[in-house]
Amino acid sequence: MSAEQTVLMDGAGIKRALTRIAHEILERNKGVADIVLIGIRSGGAYLADGIAQQISVIEGGAVPVGAIDITLYRDDCSGHLPHHPVGKTDIPFSLEAKKVILVDDVLYTGRTIRAAMDALMDFGRPQSIQLAVLIDRGHRELPIRADFVGRNVPTSQKENVQVVFDRSNQPIEVVLEK
Amino acid sequence: MAEFKHKHIIALRDLTKEDIELLISTAENMREINSRDIKKVPTLRGKTIINLFYEASTRTRTSFEIAGKRLSADTVNITTASSSATKGETLADTALNLLAMKPDIIVMRHAVSGAHYFLANKINCSIINAGDGAHEHPSQGLLDMLTMKDRYGRLDGLKVAIVGDVTHSRVARSNIQGLTKLGSKVFLAGPPTMMPPGVEKLGDVTVCATMNEALQDADVVMMLRIQQERQGKTLMPNAREYSRYFGLNPNNIKLAKPNAMIMHPGPINRGVEMSSSMVDGDQSWILKQVENGVAVRMSMLYHVCGGELE
Repeated sequence: MSAEQTVLMDGAGIKRALTRIAHEILERNKGVADIVLIGIRSGGAYLADGIAQQISVIEGGAVPVGAIDITLYRDDCSGHLPHHPVGKTDIPFSLEAKKVILVDDVLYTGRTIRAAMDALMDFGRPQSIQLAVLIDRGHRELPIRADFVGRNVPTSQKENVQVVFDRSNQPIEVVLEK
Repeated sequence: MAEFKHKHIIALRDLTKEDIELLISTAENMREINSRDIKKVPTLRGKTIINLFYEASTRTRTSFEIAGKRLSADTVNITTASSSATKGETLADTALNLLAMKPDIIVMRHAVSGAHYFLANKINCSIINAGDGAHEHPSQGLLDMLTMKDRYGRLDGLKVAIVGDVTHSRVARSNIQGLTKLGSKVFLAGPPTMMPPGVEKLGDVTVCATMNEALQDADVVMMLRIQQERQGKTLMPNAREYSRYFGLNPNNIKLAKPNAMIMHPGPINRGVEMSSSMVDGDQSWILKQVENGVAVRMSMLYHVCGGELE
């Protein structure tokens, strides 16, 4: 890649952040009762698996994990549909009265989160939705904020922040591209 | 990632292997919507789809209508019996008038092969072929391929026997086009009067002398409907004789691989193309085909909305 890259977090840093987020989720919700994790495809879904793993290490119980693809709920589809491949939504349990922890890798404009919340509502009426993100890079265009943040990174809109995953979908680093 | 660049879907012949794989994989991922409590996503909100049917249809029209509605499009159905075609309006005039109402997609079934190509040159919305004469029926071909992929996880290398009136069958043509592009081997059988000359030039297609030859070790047995509305009296002596030579029954199915899948595009003439025990038996995937039809048509509607004018 020709663009200038800075590594913001390495694999160990990401793991520590996810562990902290797992603790914060348990603290805020007083345990794992009624908690489900839903990751936004594709990065968020991998991170949701990581957080779920940490939660089960801390509390000993498994939490249900689902994945959501928001392509069909995007707000830039109204005119000419862009070419977005449709991924698979996989939520094999009801969200009725659950505390849903929505997980994404990078929080930016907030439009993805808006779409994801619309999609979640089609699966029942959760008791609450909380948002966990690895990176919050600012520049919100909608009134949305995260409940659990791995790291806040001030960026310019010209920059790009990416969470890089390896072949087994483990996060290896977070890079800032200028 | 592959991009779908077509504004119209008229024939699988016009699509590449990658196009077909994308349509099928999108349908696989959209299928989950059909099992939700709330079976609707907002993707095509504000789009208008006209289902223009010049020939009778239950499955295809209903399936396209449900597919459009599950994607939040507004769908309108026009069937010939209730349209101005009965007053003598030409296809081009009907289409231009409909176009004045600004639809985004016209889904059309027409008795004339190639009617959609004629129309595509005249109008600026997307056109999806829901069956044209004896040419193609792309949504049926795609849903058949999705159903085979459900069972075997792949299409490459499958032996598919297609038995019956191949000449009149747009289902057979779409399947031949699609399956051969994706690496399946197609074996055709039917009365010589119902076998179009030169069909083996379409790809990896073998014309068999007998039905037994086609069935031998088949992974998939696809029976075609005897199209009574398109038959002259000369193509076959009678339904009973047809059934004796080209009907699927508990005896000849044993030639195929154990537990081979049995498919039929519907509507079925029970006792002619296949015995009732085959239609309703364990090996029948006929209702799964219908179920997959909705997801495949959702995928087609979604992708033509992102396509460019060619």
